[in-house]
Amino acid sequence: MDILRFITAGSVDDGKSTLIGRLLYDSGSILADQLEALHSSNRKNDDGTIDLAILTDGLKAEREQGITIDVAYKYFQTEKRKFIIADAPGHIQYTRNMVTGASNSELAIILIDARNGVSEQTIRHSFLVSLLALPHVVVCINKMDMVDYSETVFNDIKVAYLQIAEKLNLKEVTFIPVSALKGDNIVNESQAMPWYEGQSLLHYLETVALVPEHPFEHGRMPVQWVIRPQTDALHDYRGYAGRMVSGTLKVNDDVVVQPSGFHTSISRIEFAEQTLEKAEKGMSVTLHLKDDVDVSRGDMLVATSNQPLRSKNIVADFCWMDARPLDTSVMYLLQHHSKQTKCKVQEICYKVNISNLEEHAATDFKLNDIGRVVIKTSDPVTFDHYEQNPSNGGAILIDPRTNLTVAALLFRQAVDL
Amino acid sequence: MDYLDHLEAEAIYILREVAGQFEKPALLFSGGKDSITLVHLAQKAFRPGKFPFPLVHIDTGHNFPETISYRDEMVERINEKLIVGYVQDSINQGKVVEQKGKNASRNALQTTTLLDVIEKYQFDACIGGARRDEEKARAKERIFSVRDEFGQWDPKLQRPELWSLYNGKIHKGENVRVFPISNWTELDVWNYIKREQIPLPSIYFSHKRDVITRNGQLMAASAFLNMDKEDIISNRSVRFRTVGDMTCTAAVASEAYLIDDIIDEISSSKISERGARMDDKVSEAAMEDRKKGGYF
Repeated sequence: MDILRFITAGSVDDGKSTLIGRLLYDSGSILADQLEALHSSNRKNDDGTIDLAILTDGLKAEREQGITIDVAYKYFQTEKRKFIIADAPGHIQYTRNMVTGASNSELAIILIDARNGVSEQTIRHSFLVSLLALPHVVVCINKMDMVDYSETVFNDIKVAYLQIAEKLNLKEVTFIPVSALKGDNIVNESQAMPWYEGQSLLHYLETVALVPEHPFEHGRMPVQWVIRPQTDALHDYRGYAGRMVSGTLKVNDDVVVQPSGFHTSISRIEFAEQTLEKAEKGMSVTLHLKDDVDVSRGDMLVATSNQPLRSKNIVADFCWMDARPLDTSVMYLLQHHSKQTKCKVQEICYKVNISNLEEHAATDFKLNDIGRVVIKTSDPVTFDHYEQNPSNGGAILIDPRTNLTVAALLFRQAVDL
Repeated sequence: MDYLDHLEAEAIYILREVAGQFEKPALLFSGGKDSITLVHLAQKAFRPGKFPFPLVHIDTGHNFPETISYRDEMVERINEKLIVGYVQDSINQGKVVEQKGKNASRNALQTTTLLDVIEKYQFDACIGGARRDEEKARAKERIFSVRDEFGQWDPKLQRPELWSLYNGKIHKGENVRVFPISNWTELDVWNYIKREQIPLPSIYFSHKRDVITRNGQLMAASAFLNMDKEDIISNRSVRFRTVGDMTCTAAVASEAYLIDDIIDEISSSKISERGARMDDKVSEAAMEDRKKGGYF
């Protein structure tokens, strides 16, 4: 069994919470005591049925205001897969939450209200999904019950959306007509839409292929921690502990220590006191090197055959996530895997108006602004182009005055100065 | 990778980030299955080296004796350091007052003792076994959850967590609660315990015990529980799904003697794990309020 992590994008008005509630409810993932709490709640739909949206409301503050203020994680599983849902709010002021949820997802569900069709919000969400290069997009055209389950309405929205998808270079888009309120095509196939021959949402989620056809195969492992027992028996033991971010590394493979540039090779791979032949993407392992070179936390071990980019000047897409705007005179801290280095924003190339996708010149960056910048770091950063290898192409910016995470960066290219 | 391999690798990654980012971390050990799983994961993360942190147990004094004997045997087996903070000390010092009445519990008093221990040892990160599937407020908490010097969680001021980049930068006096198994469900933990053959305290498995029924829940009869004439003791086959203080953890009627029986039982269960925790029944926002006050 594998894991699918997905994000749901849409607002309360699109019925997003109801859709997640329906997915959990119809797949039997709601337990009796939770159901009891649901039935005893005062919130009901207009027709007196239980309001499934309550299942995704978390905090007291949200219930009082009837809004979702943060990313909530929900878990369920079927016989085929385990699912992790990042439930991100759809309001414009919460772009940062959607970027956060999408950064850990492989699939996005975009909700469109069948009565309204493609909206500004749809464009915003789709832009963020394309920015973070999510491999799969499912467009759920919801509230089909409110438009008499009309095939024409569904097809018109599909045509309109495909234009956006093309503009944004979204790779795989699937369309499903649903009614989260009534349960059509969420878990069970709809009786009301015989014209729709595709799968229900859950069936799609259970079967969509998760391993890409052409995965990024070059081995990279940031060093998190050096294991040195320093006991008599293990006097010379030096193990480099970390998690493989991409590709495969095997015993005897030639590797380079970045950023120092030392060449060596892998002498042994360990995991929990077992010896392995190879380490693959996603595995947390301990590597041993043939030569006694200087390696510490923040360094990256990479395959000699294909090395990442290495630079102090980088062009990056940029999402500002803090209430206090960007200050180009401030020395921020860049965190990329286990590496932290000082960083300044040298130049703002442009900002994107994510409601109409137009780029425009800018001198400032405020909360939820997205655009492109050039950064300068004090130590060189070892990275891949975000789109080619997202797991080695993203970084965060930390404000040393507040210690808050203030921006997300998606690396696009190294600049030669 | 199988889903358990994936969850395991993620948790090990998070534990190593704690080691790399903090000066004085600690692992909060309750004797429950989740923190036992954390100790197992820490061995995978740091062996053949020692843990870069001690284990910390906040002892309410109202423990199941099986938990304490398990704890002491485990610490000896893995040869790591254990620090115990006693709620009784906080009571003796007059920092907290014992609750009164029939449903009195020391569960809420733990927070004060925990904060005292954090201050005494200057811990800057505390690793805990909380999971997001347990409870609504936990579903919204970050993996690195920054607390102010009063241990308080502010849900509106959480740092965004992108990719697997965890920002552990804090000001002096603040600390971070770290939850490496955030993405695990109860069933995942049990399947992992089975796969890894991790030993557990005996109270997780069905056994005969004197219990009373209170508010529809089975509570273990003990000297710590305030009982009166209305409480009728019966001897039943029960087990515990979570292990906390004896006064706030309810048993479930069960004939599950083996791990496979438990996995079957959970798979078909209609009641969530924290449904057996009296501390969550206080109000709809019980956990949110306790977290804001410095709870785990």
